[in-house]
Parts: sequence; structure tokens; C-alpha cells
Amino acid sequence: MERRDFIKILSTGTATAALVGCGLKKEGDTDPLGHHTGEIPTDQMTYRDNPTTGDRVSLLGYGMMRLPNKVGGSSRDADNPAEEQIDQEEVNRLVKVALDHGVNYFDTSPAYCRGHSEEATGIALKASGYPRDKYYIATKLSNFSPEQWSYREGVKMFENSLRYLQTDYIDYLLLHGIGMGGMEAYNGRYIDNGLLDYLLQQRKAGRIRNLGFSYHGDVEVFDYLLSRQDDYQWDFVQIQLNYVDWHLADETNARNTDAEYLYGELEKRGIPAVIMEPLLGGRLVNMPNHIVATLKQKRPEDSVASWAFRYAGSKPGVMTVLSGMTYMEHLEDNLRTFSPLQPLTDEEQEWLETDVANLYVSYPTIPCNDCKYCMPCPYGLDIPAILLHYNKCVNLGNVPESMQAENYWQARRAFLIGYDRSVPRLRQANHCIGCGRCVEHCPQRINIPRELQRIDSFVEKLKQNKL
Amino acid sequence: MLRRIRILLAIVFGLGVTLLFLDFTGTAHRYIGWMAKVQFLPAVLAVNILVVVGLVLLTLLLGRIYCSVVCPLGVMQDIIAWVSKRKLFRKNKRAKLANKYSYSPTKRVLRALVLLLFLILMVAGLNSLAILIAPYSAYGRIAANLMQPLWLWANNGLAALAEHYDSYAFYTVDVWMRSLSTLLVAVGTLLVIAVLAWRGGRTYCNTICPVGTILGYLSHFSMHGPVFETDKCNGCKLCQRNCKASCIDVANHHVDMTRCVMCGDCMDICPQKAMQFGNRWKGGGSSAGHSSSASTARHSSPAGTSDISGESKESLADPSRRNFVKGLGLVTTAVTLDAAAKTVDGGLAAIENKTLPERKTPLTPPGSLSAKHFAQHCTACQLCIAECPNQVLRPSSNLEHMMQPMMEYERGYCRPECTRCSQLCPTGAIRPITREEKTAHQIGHAVWIKDNCLPVTGGVDCGNCARHCPVGAIEMVPLDEAAEELTMIPAVNEAVCIGCGACENLCPARPVSAIYVEGYEIHREI
Repeated sequence: MERRDFIKILSTGTATAALVGCGLKKEGDTDPLGHHTGEIPTDQMTYRDNPTTGDRVSLLGYGMMRLPNKVGGSSRDADNPAEEQIDQEEVNRLVKVALDHGVNYFDTSPAYCRGHSEEATGIALKASGYPRDKYYIATKLSNFSPEQWSYREGVKMFENSLRYLQTDYIDYLLLHGIGMGGMEAYNGRYIDNGLLDYLLQQRKAGRIRNLGFSYHGDVEVFDYLLSRQDDYQWDFVQIQLNYVDWHLADETNARNTDAEYLYGELEKRGIPAVIMEPLLGGRLVNMPNHIVATLKQKRPEDSVASWAFRYAGSKPGVMTVLSGMTYMEHLEDNLRTFSPLQPLTDEEQEWLETDVANLYVSYPTIPCNDCKYCMPCPYGLDIPAILLHYNKCVNLGNVPESMQAENYWQARRAFLIGYDRSVPRLRQANHCIGCGRCVEHCPQRINIPRELQRIDSFVEKLKQNKL
Repeated sequence: MLRRIRILLAIVFGLGVTLLFLDFTGTAHRYIGWMAKVQFLPAVLAVNILVVVGLVLLTLLLGRIYCSVVCPLGVMQDIIAWVSKRKLFRKNKRAKLANKYSYSPTKRVLRALVLLLFLILMVAGLNSLAILIAPYSAYGRIAANLMQPLWLWANNGLAALAEHYDSYAFYTVDVWMRSLSTLLVAVGTLLVIAVLAWRGGRTYCNTICPVGTILGYLSHFSMHGPVFETDKCNGCKLCQRNCKASCIDVANHHVDMTRCVMCGDCMDICPQKAMQFGNRWKGGGSSAGHSSSASTARHSSPAGTSDISGESKESLADPSRRNFVKGLGLVTTAVTLDAAAKTVDGGLAAIENKTLPERKTPLTPPGSLSAKHFAQHCTACQLCIAECPNQVLRPSSNLEHMMQPMMEYERGYCRPECTRCSQLCPTGAIRPITREEKTAHQIGHAVWIKDNCLPVTGGVDCGNCARHCPVGAIEMVPLDEAAEELTMIPAVNEAVCIGCGACENLCPARPVSAIYVEGYEIHREI
């Protein structure tokens, strides 16, 4: 508290110095540059209305996929059983702070955090003391594995969700990851076994208040589901949207669909959009220095992340923007961005979609969002860790083109030593046999074996100095 | 003065040689690698005539200064003896000097017998027994097994710190016990030598050490050495009681040069200046009469046996063992595949450790020419093992090759860009080779075990061995060309395979790889 006061006084001091005669500032005020310095206001959250149920949903939604674990990282980085445990106390604290500041949408899934996310979410929401009607729970039918494609398994998964979340109804239920595996997987998971009929029935019965789906992958399924809008009456749809994917989704992967199209299709039909990957799994924060500088130049005191959130939140058809907040600092920064949201100007929007996005795709990073859907790899590889290490080195300029590169020896050392630090040797890319099991799970549709083998041969060239 | 120079040089050599065994980056060898190569026994084995002649001349000129300066085991004993003489450990705390030694007659017969036994064992090829008493390699085993882990742990501490500060100045290395038996031998050697040095100074050097005995015979005729000036000596015996080699006989004004290691302590300590560094040939030369019959050098034989005569045997594994390996593989590949069923996100599949295949012919490093050459020249000093960056080399536990390095590929493989062991071997057991030579140097060849191979057992496309073969010796071919879905299996071209073990190490079949390397008794050139 003392430190806060000190910082407050400091910032007040500088603000008044800048604007002489402005008088003393109150808590929660922002300084003239738009940078939030004081306490985060608890009553300024921006809300959007859900047209079907009339829910007033906070524009910032809490994604429960990247929960903190007991050793201080994301719970999904578990390398041994001790690390696997979610830090429930910290989750409780985060959820309470979020609720206190007006966040009321919590998005989880039976698959997240190695299957522990729903339970942790349920406990945290109960512990917050808020009544059940003050927040909305979103969860999914994550029956990805063919052995879960039966009606029985599907119903069991839904009932388990209710149990873990300690509730008797779900506010927002999603068919999880529609499009992965194409029409075949969609039919196998929801149609042939009659599971979609069951869910529609549950909506009628009030145990599901809103039914929707999240989409990754094959756009054919997306189009098909929207074409059946009259039959199914989707209440909302979750799509991936950010300023890179708006025009350039196909730049990173030819099979991906631009967010502009997806969002446009929803807007046309008046279906509220829930946004996932507004930060591209953190990649729009961990960017090359050059891009960070460009963003900072425009608004020096705003976080890099805030640009991406303001971008997604500025679209009027968006109901909520999900952010998987592992640390209190993430949460606080996002609360500032959304309390209230300062929408982007048209110029800003244009600038992000074209200039910044083009600059971003010009770096050869691999579009991994660290969602870990590909994991566990049956051969023990740590796929996201390998790809993220590579991306990090791309961003830092540590992926030299040849031995003639000016910083070759320094970059080589950073790449190789960093590789061993980020990924245990037995889990590195040279153990990829190319079985391809991961490919179907990747929502970004990365050709994982190809990328791993590319990285492996790069590493091999570095080691042998034959680049 | 002489003593000071001796101590300074001993510190330089002692630290230098020790650093060679601690360093894992290959940096130290570039500058001080020669410190291992001037060791007497390694130089003899490597037929390094220049060094051997140099050391012989040095000894004829200055006595066994080698034992005081160059030999790391000698330096270690001096340090232990020095500590034992500190006041803390003295009975009489008020005495100015320790005065703990006394003259003893030389154990001439014992020394000759031990040397003879050592030579016989070396010639008979029972190196693993003989080298137990070889001074340099004994020190090497102590340094590599007992000191290097501490060094590595300290490095890892720094690496953790570096990681914290996002620096790449240090990197983490694995600290692992390479062989229990060698570790125990190192501990045993250290204990025995420490006790002997603590109680009697250079007891080991003057009774057991074969190099000490040989140099002793030479030193007997050395030109220079400590010389009594009988007219100044008052017979106080200070020199005698502080001689760690127990070689000064004041009563007869005689210094036994076969045992004197030229430490200079006596000259420093004598209040009468009656002990002086001088020319022994000019003076009375009385000691010449003591020369023993065994003074002819007999150490040439081990170096002379380097001709390769072992016949090359078919390197095929015997079928019964293969079946066993097969059986193991069947059980375990299933375990690997079980991990594939995935219902939730994240987590890491458990990785089973690889077990070592039972190679019919053990693998010796490229440059070692043949199993026989290697066994005859290696003194098991562990220098290459301490240095191997790929965790391939480790001491053998096989009685015949006890403590000599052998190669296994469960932790890494013999990487194409690395020739470190060949560059630093002081005994010539591993001859220097270049990277280019290494690509054409066959130490063995890969053998495929059908029943462990994933495409066959699990119906998965793999080809990881072919993808990583640095010489392109593996091609993936269909198992059955008529089949509708082709099962691609590795075909090894033995004529090209160099036996580096990339395929074995990176084979996904666990714990027994579906492809492993059989050694060649005599290495071949492509």
C-alpha cells in the first residue's frame, strides 16, 4: 500500500508538472497521455449486450486455459507431477480481482490444463462469494479423441462439466474446435451420435443458456454451420481475431481464413462474436524489438498488449475478448485497457491491420500460440517449447542466415545454449519421427513435423558450422 | 632458491594438468594440452621419442625433478605431506619443524619386482591391472571421478545464474556417474596414496611407482643433485628428518639418488649450508658404487607391440542374444505408443531411458585404429572421458578393459564435428584425426533389429535414423513392395556406415533401439 501511494504521488507530481493548474488528481484518473497509473477503477468496465438472453457481458473475458501453477509458470508447462498442480490460491485471487473489477465471463474447457481447469474455475468462482447470477460460465464439449465420439461419452463430459463447475446450468456452451478434422470429425463428434440434438434439448430445458461453437481450421464447417442458423439458432460463435489475422491469416498458413471474413459472416447474421487469440497466444506481445518500438512510439505508456485488445474490442459485433491471464500483472494491465475501452480510431485500426501486421508477418516466426493442443507428443517431444524457442530467436535476431552473418558466433551460442535451456535434450526436435499425430490437433494448422525437421536441420547446421 | 623454483613449477603443472581433467569445453587443451603429453608413461606408449629422450636427459642432468614437478600424482602427494606437517597435525606443537621422517634403506628388490611385474603385465596385454599403479593415469582417475563433478556442479551453479540474467556465458552440463567401478578405484587409489603420503611422504613413489623406479635408475647417474659438504655438516640430521623421500643418510653423508626427487627441502633447511646443489660427477662420485644390476632400461616393449595382428571377425550378433533384445523391444515399443491416446491438452509423455545393447565388439573411438591397439596403449587416464561433450565415452567395467574408455550411444552419439578425444589423447591410444578423416573412418556398422522397428511394430512412418545419418548410409526402403500401404524400413549400407551411432541414439524405439552399432575389432578406412 505504501509503495502504491508513493507511485501515486510520483505520478501525480509529474502529471501536475505537465499540466500546471490542473489541481490534484483523484484515484483512478488517467494522465493526459492516456496512461493509467492509479488504482484500477472497479466501475468502469465496458459491457456488451447479448441480444438473445440480454446478458450484459464484460468486454474482457477470462480465459482459463493458462492458469498459474505452483512453481510460478503456466500450469500447462508441467514437466513433472509436482509442477502439474494448479496454484488454486492464486487462481482464486485472480478470479476475485477480476470479478471485483467487473469481469463476468469465464471461459474454460474439460481439456484445458490437462483436464484440471474446470475444477479450478469452479472452486475459484465459488470462493469469490459472488452469487451465481453475477457471472457467466462458458465451457465446451471437447470430445476430440475418436474414442470420445459416442453419445454416452459426450453426455458424460457435459455432466462432468456441471459437476466440476459446481453449477446446474452452463451460460455458454460451445462445440469445441469445429473445423479441426473437417466435416468428418464434425459429423462424428456431434451429428452421427445425436449429441447436437441432446445439446439443443438441454438449451430448451435451460441447462444451457446459450449454445455456440468455437471455430478453427476448415472453413467449410464454419460455413455449413452458419448456413444451418435457422435450424440451430447459434447464440454466439467464438473465432480467432486479431490485427494480423484480419487480412493476413493466410500469410502464416495458406489454409487459414482471414478474420475479416469470419467476423463479417457473423455480423451479417447478427450473431455475437467471442474473440479468442486476440494476442495470437502471446505472439503479439513477444514481438521483434522493431515492432515494439513502432507501437511504443504511438502510445509510449501503453502496453504492447493493449493495442491488440483495443483492436479486438473496437469491433462492435464482439461480445467479449478472451485473455488467458496467468499473472496478476496481465490481469491488471487488461483491466486498465477495458475500464473503459478506448476504441481505436479508424486510422489506428487501418495502421494495425496493414502496416504493423505486414511488418509482423515479414518475420519468419512459426504461428504457434502455445495452446498445447498438440501435446502430449507420443514420442516425448516438447513441441511448443521448441517452436517458441525458435520464434524467440527469430525475434531477437539469433537465427543467422549463414556463417558469414556478422553476429554468427554470438547468435549460434544464444540459439544452441538457449535451446538446451528451453527444451531438455530428449525432447528436442531431432526426436521427431514425423508420425504426424500432432498435426490434426493444431488449431493454427501448422505442419508441425515439417517445422520441427526444419528446425532440427538448422540446429544440425549450427552445430557442425555448415550453415 | 631451487626449492622455490621447484614449488612454483609444481604449482603450474599441478594446476595445469588438473585443469585438463576439469575443463569440458575444450579450451584448456588448446593451450596446455602438452602438459598431458609430456607425462612419461604416456609418452613412452605414444612412442613420442622427443619427449622420452628429453625426460631421460633431464633426469640424467637434474635427477628426478620430473617427479617433483611434472607428475601430478607427485605434486598431489607433496601437498598432502605438506598439510600433514602443519602445526595443527603435529604432536609437538612447539617444534619449529615437523622432523617427522627418517632415513630408511632402499627397498631395492621390491622396487625391481614391482617394475618387472608392471612390465610383464603391460606386455602380456593385461593393461587394466598394470595401470592401477601408473602415476599419471591414477591421478587422472582421481581428477576425473572426484574433482570434475565438483567443477561441473560449480559451473552449473554459474549457468543457473547466467540463465537468470539471460546471459549465455555459461551453460549447464550433465553430471553423471559414468562407472561405479572406476569411481571406486579412484577413491581407493586416493585413500591409499593419501595415507602413504600423510605418513611417509614419497613412499609410493619410491617403492611402487614404475616410473619412479625407472627414473630412479637413471637418476642414480644424474649429473647434479644434493651434495654433502662434509666439512660443514655437524651431523644434526635436520635434513634427514625432513626428507620426504627418506633418502638422506647423514651418518654416511650419503644421498640415495634413486629416491631423491630433487625437491630441495634439504638444501633449504640446513642451517650449516652443508647440503648444496652441485655437480655429483666432479666430486667424490662415491655413490656410483651402489649401482644396481637392474639399471638397464626395459620399458621399450609396450611401444613395440603396436603391430596389428588380431584377425577380423564377423561382426554379427549371435542369434540368441538378438532374440532376447527382440523380446524386450516388443514389450516396450507398445509402452511408447500407449502414450498416444490423448484426451486433454498439454503435459509431456514420459520418456523411458534407453538400455545399452550388448555389443559383441565394444566400440572404441575413431582414431584408435583397433581394439588391440587401443587396449595396449590406453592407460585409462580418463582424459578423453572427462572431455567427451556428447556423453558417449565412459570407462568400461569389463575386467579385460577395466576403466579404459568405451563408447555407448544411449545419451548421445559420436558427433561428426567432434574429434576432441583424438586430439588430446596423450598415449597415442587414440591417434589424432581430422573431421574429414572421421567421415571415412569406420569404427563399426549399424545393425537393424526388425522386431523393434516402429514402422513394423506400430505401423508408423519414421525414418529418423535415415534422416540423421551424417554419411547417408541409410536409405528407407519398402519392407514388402507388393503391399498396399508400404512399410518403409531402413536399409544400411555397411560399406558407407561409420558407426557414429546417430541412428541408434535417435531411434524412437525404447528402451532398446531398433538399430544399433556393432564395433569393428580393426577400424577401417573407406
